[in-house]
Amino acid sequence: MERIPILKLGDFLLVTIQVDMHDQLAITLQDDLTTQIAKHASRGVLIDISSLEIVDSFIGRMLANIAAMSKVLDAQTVLTGMQPAVAITLVELGMSLSGIKTALNVERGMEILRQFSDQSYELQDANGFQE
Amino acid sequence: MASRSEVHPIAGAADVVKVRQVARSWALELKLSLVDQTKLVTAASELARNTLDHGHGGTMRVEQVENGLRRGIKLTFEDKGPGIPDIAMALRDGYTTSGGLGLGLSGSRRLVNEFDIKSEVGRGTIVAITRWK
Repeated sequence: MERIPILKLGDFLLVTIQVDMHDQLAITLQDDLTTQIAKHASRGVLIDISSLEIVDSFIGRMLANIAAMSKVLDAQTVLTGMQPAVAITLVELGMSLSGIKTALNVERGMEILRQFSDQSYELQDANGFQE
Repeated sequence: MASRSEVHPIAGAADVVKVRQVARSWALELKLSLVDQTKLVTAASELARNTLDHGHGGTMRVEQVENGLRRGIKLTFEDKGPGIPDIAMALRDGYTTSGGLGLGLSGSRRLVNEFDIKSEVGRGTIVAITRWK
């Protein structure tokens, strides 16, 4: 079965969507990602969509689902590289993806994930978190 | 003047992807701006999925249309599915019968210049959209 590869980089998972996604592929990615987050206890997920030429309501919903699910699993999701034409279309379509953190490129996206991860560790320290 | 047209089947998930590619190549040929291309292709994707999921499959006709000096791309989605009992309701944002977001019809209407829907219960649905250059 066709799959979108998920790369593990330290505490984070990286996904680059480079194909014109059909619906089943989007659903498979959602399932695979949640499994991987739980398996590696990942702190963050970065999804780069710079080569996606469209995001319709189905793909948009899948991205929102991934962000919501990873949040429940204590991981932060960042969506990077959305093309301006895609952003304009998505908002006009009626999807603002307000629940998802976004960044212009992968570099900034990684920065956000690192900050988030550091903050949550600090919070645990402040609360007297002990192993 | 006879304008060119093509008909593509929408029978499976792969056809939704195919329909997007067809809409893209026609929009490119007419030299629509990148934003207009993206809007047309996104609307095509929404409507093709409706044709597949709600209409149990059908077809998309693509044609280049003219109105005076203006040229545009017209896409017509046709199915012989159960039809839509209440079109006004179906065109509302957030109305869904499939557990989706309910943005397919209402959202794609906002992405194009012309939007025309005809539906008959038990007979099927025809949705035609046009994006002018």
